Amino acid sequence: MATRYVMSIDQGTTSTRCIIFDQQGRLVSVTQREHRQHFPQPGWVEHDAVEIWRNLERIAPEALRQAGVGLEQVAAIGIANQRETTLVWDRHTGVPLRRAIVWQDTRTTALVDELAARPEASMVQKRCGLPLATYFSAPRIRWLLDEVPGLRERAERGEVLFGTMESWLIWNLTGGPDGGLHLTDVTNASRTLLMDLTTLEWDDDLLDFFGVPRAMLPQIRPSTETYGVARTVLPGVRIGAALGDQQAALFGQTCFAPGEAKCTYGTGGFLLLNTGKDPVRSTHGLLTTVGYQVGAEPAVYALEAPIAVTGALVQWFRDGLGLINSAPEIETLAKTVDDNGGCYIVPAFAGLFAPHWRSEARGVIVGLTSYITKGHLARAVLEATAWQTREVVDAMNADSGLALRGLKVDGGMTADNLLMQCIADVLDVPVVRPMVAETVSLGAAYAAGLAVGYWPDLEGLRRNWHRAAQWLPAMDPARRESEYDNWRRAVERTFGWLQPRR
Amino acid sequence: MPGPVQSIQRGAAILRLLARSSGKLGVGEIATSLGLPRGTAHGLLRTLQLVGFVEQDSATGKYQLGAALLHLGTSYLDVNELRSRAINWADALAARSCESVKIGTVLDGQVLVVHHVFRPDDTLQTLDVGSLMPMHATALGKVLLAFDSGAGAALGNGPLEAFTRRTIVAPKDLTRSLAGIREVGWAAQVEEMTVGEAGIAAPIRGHGGLVVGAIGISGAVERICDAKGQPNTALVTFVRDAARAVSRDLGAARW
Repeated sequence: MATRYVMSIDQGTTSTRCIIFDQQGRLVSVTQREHRQHFPQPGWVEHDAVEIWRNLERIAPEALRQAGVGLEQVAAIGIANQRETTLVWDRHTGVPLRRAIVWQDTRTTALVDELAARPEASMVQKRCGLPLATYFSAPRIRWLLDEVPGLRERAERGEVLFGTMESWLIWNLTGGPDGGLHLTDVTNASRTLLMDLTTLEWDDDLLDFFGVPRAMLPQIRPSTETYGVARTVLPGVRIGAALGDQQAALFGQTCFAPGEAKCTYGTGGFLLLNTGKDPVRSTHGLLTTVGYQVGAEPAVYALEAPIAVTGALVQWFRDGLGLINSAPEIETLAKTVDDNGGCYIVPAFAGLFAPHWRSEARGVIVGLTSYITKGHLARAVLEATAWQTREVVDAMNADSGLALRGLKVDGGMTADNLLMQCIADVLDVPVVRPMVAETVSLGAAYAAGLAVGYWPDLEGLRRNWHRAAQWLPAMDPARRESEYDNWRRAVERTFGWLQPRR
Repeated sequence: MPGPVQSIQRGAAILRLLARSSGKLGVGEIATSLGLPRGTAHGLLRTLQLVGFVEQDSATGKYQLGAALLHLGTSYLDVNELRSRAINWADALAARSCESVKIGTVLDGQVLVVHHVFRPDDTLQTLDVGSLMPMHATALGKVLLAFDSGAGAALGNGPLEAFTRRTIVAPKDLTRSLAGIREVGWAAQVEEMTVGEAGIAAPIRGHGGLVVGAIGISGAVERICDAKGQPNTALVTFVRDAARAVSRDLGAARW
């Protein structure tokens, strides 16, 4: 029998990628295509969902070709996706009504303020585990319903469908207007503000609160389950999983036991801690979310700490300041000096996420003297990611009552050795990178393979996990404390910068 | 300070002339334009052709600027960028070969380890990134010596340091070994650095095929080599495939 493989589709914020994995979880081929970022107004970020679909139509067959793998050798497809990005489309034509509103988009600020002022607003976090914020999907659906003429009526009649990106891709893969399956998974649904975190169903009170008609919503399914068979692009192949990208990374890092945590460093940073079968309510500014649900088993919950800006600060250093030509060169530049020279950068570009949640904060560079060179700035850029990680780890330890003993890391920034050492130093725990840095894609593949029996169980997946690199803490404790104190004082200086409009 | 070197001035003039002209130029046109004897112009052109700065059209015999010249300003590759671009393939190589993987570049006549992936058996291992290794006694180093003509300059002409009794110490033996490496496209070392250890490496090429580094595996000699003490052919294939995959990502079309 020919060797079989699993394909993952990672529909991310800047690009869509297809990766083929073998049974040992090893990467066989990778294809990728970026899509355009549309910024029609300050604070608005949009993606063309049709462009994203066309990209997938191109790169999926390409990945098979590169690997020399036939369709019949693909055991299943797993999808990981950018979360909270909101799309509505016509059920009969398959045409999106507007461009997708991306998770970074803050156009719903006024709407969220208005909703938060209502007496029932306190119910939202209790029911869905998330604070009422522009970050999540429901306010975006409401904005579209208010903004697009006739949309509400059509949505109530079920002529218009809502979905995050995994719903859009699954619907198109399974036939689109011609009988496409309209579904989402629990992890993605848990990011809408519309799902009850304990029943894992759309909640009528939340639907009423946001004014979202149930008829437009996809069916909520486990993360790992054979949803159906693709009819186009990869015809005949089973679709076995869908997870939000950060949850997929948790799965790919095989954080299957309560207390296991991973941090993914991309444009932003996302620390997720497995908390087991019961949701843990945070009192330190963290989000309660669904980690994954394997078939009919009970859901596994997670505490999540999103950091808005990590890699994006390096991109700004490259594109905004032009001090480096490529992102990895930040390490070369940072190594031209021994320390930050007393300089700190707090990248509150659009406010601060966990654990502060200060939308009015804006970025600062403090400690500038004539001594500071671009090398010191490069170091401050990397240290910003490390200290932001420290802040959320402290919050997580406080919420869970456990002290983190080690951190599994992944994402593009793990190629930066200086940064990884710096994170180990400021957290004072070992930092470990797994053999497959592409954990988002690997998690989607694992989940899909599990659904179709390509991998037997979670233990089998765990055996595929291997340490590729490890950084041990080597910082003087007194210096760690004084640097952390400096960082905290720098963060305070970002607060309250943006003043309410008069 | 010595005066300007005439042949370099003339070579530069030829390159400027070729850059200015829209089509290709014959040796006669070049000699006339620059007021050089035909034989001198021909000698200069042959040398420029040898280093890839000019190319000759095989049908017409006329000359134009070479591809190597066009990439001259952009061929520098930051080592951290090399790691970033190679990380997925280095991981896959470690997973496939079950050995530790290193990527090296040349730094002052030694191999600088720019990336290291642990052997995937979850034993305690330390990250070697930033350490230096000798060129002539490692597979990575021999690949770099074989494919980077500048890399060997620092080795000098005298005998090389012996780490084991199998280390290649005579320069003429090393030269012969490097010629063999160029021929097959990969290198191995068997107990040349440390008794009981062996390694296999292959070149990573960037734009235009320029060798920018080497990727390889190393480990216990009984795992790396077969019963006859020859490098395991399956492992050689894994290493060469990984090197090709990284090269492809870096834009080296032909490898």
